Amino acid sequence: MSGDFFLIRYGPEILTRTGEHLILVAISTGIAILAGIPLGILITRKPALSKPVLGVANVVQTVPSLALFGFLISVPLLGGIGNTPAIVALTLYSLLPIIRNTYTGITGVDPAIREAGRGMGMTDWQLLFQVEIPLATGVILAGVRIATVIAIGIATIAPAIGAGGLGVFIFRGISVVNNQLILAGAVPAALIALLADLALGWIEQQLTAIRK
Amino acid sequence: MPETSEIAVEFRDASYRVHNRNLVSDLNLNVRLGEVLVLLGRSGSGKTTTMKLINRLHAPTAGQVLVGGKPTTEWNPIALRRRIGYVIQETGLFPHFTVERNVGLVPALSGCKPKQIKTRVYDLLNLVGLDAEQFAGRYPHQLSGGQRQRVGVARALAADPPVLLMDEPFGALDPITRLEIQKEFRRLQQELGKTVIFVTHDIQEAFLLASRIGLMHEGRMVALETPAEFMRSQHPEAQAFLQCLRSLEQARDGL
Repeated sequence: MSGDFFLIRYGPEILTRTGEHLILVAISTGIAILAGIPLGILITRKPALSKPVLGVANVVQTVPSLALFGFLISVPLLGGIGNTPAIVALTLYSLLPIIRNTYTGITGVDPAIREAGRGMGMTDWQLLFQVEIPLATGVILAGVRIATVIAIGIATIAPAIGAGGLGVFIFRGISVVNNQLILAGAVPAALIALLADLALGWIEQQLTAIRK
Repeated sequence: MPETSEIAVEFRDASYRVHNRNLVSDLNLNVRLGEVLVLLGRSGSGKTTTMKLINRLHAPTAGQVLVGGKPTTEWNPIALRRRIGYVIQETGLFPHFTVERNVGLVPALSGCKPKQIKTRVYDLLNLVGLDAEQFAGRYPHQLSGGQRQRVGVARALAADPPVLLMDEPFGALDPITRLEIQKEFRRLQQELGKTVIFVTHDIQEAFLLASRIGLMHEGRMVALETPAEFMRSQHPEAQAFLQCLRSLEQARDGL
C-alpha cells in the first residue's frame, strides 16, 4: 500500500523534476526581472511609451499558454522544442506583472516627495535610486511575487514542447490515465508555488517594515 | 533703485503659461537680501507657481527670473536648487530616511564627508530646537507634525543656502504649535539673516513673519507692501484678507 503512494513511488524522479522546474522558473523570472524592471522604469521617464509597452505585455498575457508554447515551436532561434522556448514563454508571461508593478510603484510615489527631492537639487538618477525605487520596492516585489507564482504554474505545461519539469508527470499521467502520476506532478508544483509566495511575501514585508 | 548686490531674487516681466493659460502674469519684483517676503493669496492665486519659478521647478515662459543676478534659465538647475533651501508641507520629508539622513541630504549630494555631515546635522537639529541625540535616528512617521516641520526647516538650512523658499510650511499644524514654531522661525531668520520667500494663505502668519507682503490675485501681484502699508491698502483683495482679521476681532468683541 505504502509503495503505491505517489510521493514515495516517484520520490527520486520528483526531486529531479522539481530541480528542472525550479531552474526553468528561476531563469525565466530572472530574465523577466532584469528586463521588466528597467522597462518599467523607462516608461515612467517616457510616458508616451507606457501605453504601448503595457499594452503589448497585456496582450502577451492573454494568449493561452498552451497556444504560446505551440506557436514558439515554429519560431527560429529562440523557438523550437526543449527548454529554450519554454524559458522564452515563461519570461513573456512573467513580464507583465513586473513591468506594471514597477511602473505603478514608481508613479505612485507621493508627488510632494518627488518635488521636494527635485527642489533640493537631486538629479533624476539620484531621485530614482535614492527615493523612487526604495519607496516603490514593496509594489515592485509584489509584482515579482505574482510573476514567480504564475511562472511556476505555467511551467507545468512546458513539457508539451519537450521541456522538463514537474509537468512531465502530468502529461505522462494524462496519456496513460494514471491519477497517481498526475498528482506526482501537480502536488509538488502547487507546494512550490505556495512556498515561493510565502517566501517572497516575507521578503517584501522585511524590506518595507521600516517605515510602517 | 537699490543696487544689484542687495537683491537676492528679481522677477522681470515673468510669466508662466501652461495649457494656454497664464498661471502667473507679468511679475515684476525684487526680493531684497535678508528680508522675509510673504506671498499671500487665495488657493490658486499663483503663489506656489511664483515660488517654483525661483528654483526653476518651472522656467518662465516669458520674461526672466534672476537669482544672484543671473537668469534661472542660465543656471545649472541642480546647482541653483542646492543653494536655495526648500521647505514644503510635512509630506516633503523622505519617509524611508532617518531624520539624520533627511537633514544631511543636500550636503551628502554635494559630496561632503560623512563626519562633517553628522556634525552639521547635529548642530542644525539643536538649532531648530530638537535634541539631536534623541531624534537623529528616528523616521519621519515617528515624529509629531511640529517636529517634522522643524526637521524640514533643518534640512532646508543644511547646505547653508542664502535663500529659503517655504511653501505653506506650517499649514498642517495645530494653531498653538503653529504660533510657537512661527515665533521660533522668526527668531531663527533674524539670527541667520537668510532671505526667505514664504507662501501662505494665512494673513495672521503673513503679519507675523513678513518684512513685506506680496499679495497675489489671479496670477498677478496686486500689491507689494510692508505690513503697515498693507493694513491701509484699498485694494479689494487686500480688503478681503483684512476683513478676515476684523471678523475675528468682531467675534471676540461680541463675546
